[in-house]
Amino acid sequence: MLERYLTAASTYAHWIDYQFLLIAVLVGFWLILAEAVMFWLIFKFRAKDGRPTQYITGEEKHQTRWITIPHVLVILCDLVIIVPAIMVWYNIKQVLPAPDETVRVIGQQWAWSFQQAGPDGVLDTADDIRAVGELHVKVNTTYHFELLSRDVVHSFSVPAFRLKQDALPGRTIIGWFRPNRVGTYDIQCTQMCGIGHAMMAGRIIVETQQDHAAWLMRNSNPAVGEPRVPPASATNGGSTMAEMRR
Amino acid sequence: MSTQVEHADPGIFKKYFFSTDHKIIAMQYLFTGMAMAMIGGFFAYVFRMQLGFPNQYVPGYGIVTPGKYNALVTMHGSIMIFWVAMPVLIAAFGNFLIPLMLGCDDMAFPRINRLSYQIFLLSALVLLSSFLVKGGPFGGAWTAYPPLSAVGAYNLTPIGATLWLLAVALEFVAFLLGGINFTVTTMNSRAPGMKMYEIPLVVWMIVLASVIFMASVGPLVAGAIMLLFDQTMSTGFFDPTRGGDPLLWQHLFWFFGHPEVYVVLLPAMGIVAEIVAVFSRKKIFGYKTVLYTTWAVGFLSFVVWAHHQFVAGIDPRMANIFSVTTLLISVPVTEMVFLYIATLYGGSIHLDTPMLWALAFIAEFMIGGVTGIFLGSSGTDIYLHDTYFLIAHFHYTFVPIAIIAVFAGLTFWYPKMFGRMLNETLGKIHFWGTVIPFNVIFIPLFITGIAGDQRRVYNYAQFAEQSRPALQHLRTTSTIALLVMLSFQLVFLFNFIWSLRNGKSAGANPWRSTTLEWTVPSPPPHGNFSEMPTVYRGPYEYGLPGRADDFLPQNVPD
Repeated sequence: MLERYLTAASTYAHWIDYQFLLIAVLVGFWLILAEAVMFWLIFKFRAKDGRPTQYITGEEKHQTRWITIPHVLVILCDLVIIVPAIMVWYNIKQVLPAPDETVRVIGQQWAWSFQQAGPDGVLDTADDIRAVGELHVKVNTTYHFELLSRDVVHSFSVPAFRLKQDALPGRTIIGWFRPNRVGTYDIQCTQMCGIGHAMMAGRIIVETQQDHAAWLMRNSNPAVGEPRVPPASATNGGSTMAEMRR
Repeated sequence: MSTQVEHADPGIFKKYFFSTDHKIIAMQYLFTGMAMAMIGGFFAYVFRMQLGFPNQYVPGYGIVTPGKYNALVTMHGSIMIFWVAMPVLIAAFGNFLIPLMLGCDDMAFPRINRLSYQIFLLSALVLLSSFLVKGGPFGGAWTAYPPLSAVGAYNLTPIGATLWLLAVALEFVAFLLGGINFTVTTMNSRAPGMKMYEIPLVVWMIVLASVIFMASVGPLVAGAIMLLFDQTMSTGFFDPTRGGDPLLWQHLFWFFGHPEVYVVLLPAMGIVAEIVAVFSRKKIFGYKTVLYTTWAVGFLSFVVWAHHQFVAGIDPRMANIFSVTTLLISVPVTEMVFLYIATLYGGSIHLDTPMLWALAFIAEFMIGGVTGIFLGSSGTDIYLHDTYFLIAHFHYTFVPIAIIAVFAGLTFWYPKMFGRMLNETLGKIHFWGTVIPFNVIFIPLFITGIAGDQRRVYNYAQFAEQSRPALQHLRTTSTIALLVMLSFQLVFLFNFIWSLRNGKSAGANPWRSTTLEWTVPSPPPHGNFSEMPTVYRGPYEYGLPGRADDFLPQNVPD
């Protein structure tokens, strides 16, 4: 349902979209039913001369069941909603699948900057690629992001990925995404961060493996020389995996 | 006993500005709230014009720059919640109705009551004064997350930020004083014979709202002082480089901020309960059940706050707990709405203007309620958090609360407040001219929200996905609907002022209602009751079998 309004470009975008659909169907049913009953009652019991009102306390058994039964059904619907909602949350926010690559995302007034490994596949080495406002990633690759803020609270939001996470000064927050559709997508800041808030835009460019390799070679720091195999003690297991695949 | 002798005419100035009469104080709150509503409404007009017609000259304002836009949305939010919804729903209706409905001559602490309004007025003036200082008013959103709100170099409105904080803190003091007064009055000053389960629901709900407010505001007052120190004395309560934590503020803020939603919801629910009973000539379906659900809502409202912070960087495991409590609170609220709908069954429904507003409240609030489920479910909140879906959702709760229920209450008690009836035709024009555009404003915003529009952005030019023409059409539609809705408010203003002199004389009980405020003349004299009433029954005895009249007031002996 959501995909009609905005492309879905990550693996978990569909989980969120299905959850949205599930809620829409359930609450839509109750909303329409409740509104229909209300308007029907307004019509049926409109004031008419000579028709007395009924004296109903709403406290006897045969009366309260008109509330109790819908009440139980609402709780049931809540359960049907909450279980998958927590599963979606758990799989997106609570567990981190093993990464193929790690990128660092830094928010500061009023731009997103990115640091990712150069040809050596290791973050925090001299050949790292640093960019402002543009993040290049490979399709069908699991990324971890390390999210930081240099000043105020920002929020790293990629609507096409259904990804959103606040960036807090003083903390590194780790999350993940796995793009599954080639294209260029918006990055927003969704937390008020000052007068440049609306200017704090970025692009995330999902490329094929070949395009990404070419981009990597074009942009890596030429002074560093040949790509090298990372040492066994590399802190980041994901980089090693990526290296092995290459 | 004649009250006129005890309360000699004190002169205009003392009577209207330094009165301790609860009805005058109610009017002070009402008119201050209405004036602030005009300011808050004007801000909505300005920033919606910017969103509907980006970067054009806004008539009556000028060009909206990013800094001004931020200030406008911040002030719109702050004003509408703290200086419109609270003073009108709790203070104005609370002050006017509680003594009259309980059958007493005034509040338990009339001078604290006067002080409450004076501090409230001061808080409004402090807030408005921030428009005159260097840098202008605060623009860091009504939630004022630090470090943005704490550091002048980040928010660029150092004086405005401090004034905003002072104004909010003063406003809290005013409502703490008011809340104590409402609670004590209701517990101690009821007419002889009025048992706890015979108190009209609106009084119950205003008192419970006050209790929730008083219990939740403490942490935020502490937080506000810490933030004030961070701003002005370079402390580091919320500064991570000096051992502070920006998340601390968010917890303190939302520990208050979420109960606050129910602080304004409950009085609205109470107003609607009174009106639904009177105009369907029915006893409220399950009075005690309504009350129990209210208590359940009040209790649960304290354990849902972190659903505002699912993606704020809290431990992700916490989201599961708060997601469950959030869905749980939907149960008593749903039940309350079902009870109101059930009250209509078997009634004799008169669609006068107050009843139209009350029914519209139920119909529209249900939309606000069910869309909350999308946001309370942690999974979908990842995407919808801080989008226009959220904006549309909470306006579908707050507009029914602070606009629709307020108009319901005003049109219902206007005859009691001013002794004259409002014009029915103008009232109905105003009703349809408000409710239809209201839906046309916010239904498009649900769609722009699920298409990814993030909030608090003055212009979407930087965002390719948000710059699609279809989304701009929706934003423009919403803006035009707002213009229509705002222009129809002139009908209400005219009706309100014109009817003060030219309305039909109301008499004591124009709606043939049962509660005590309708047993005194309209408007009630100073001291309210010429003879203190005794209560013999509950507040909703309509359609009693075997009686000629279809209603039995609370103070009439069997």
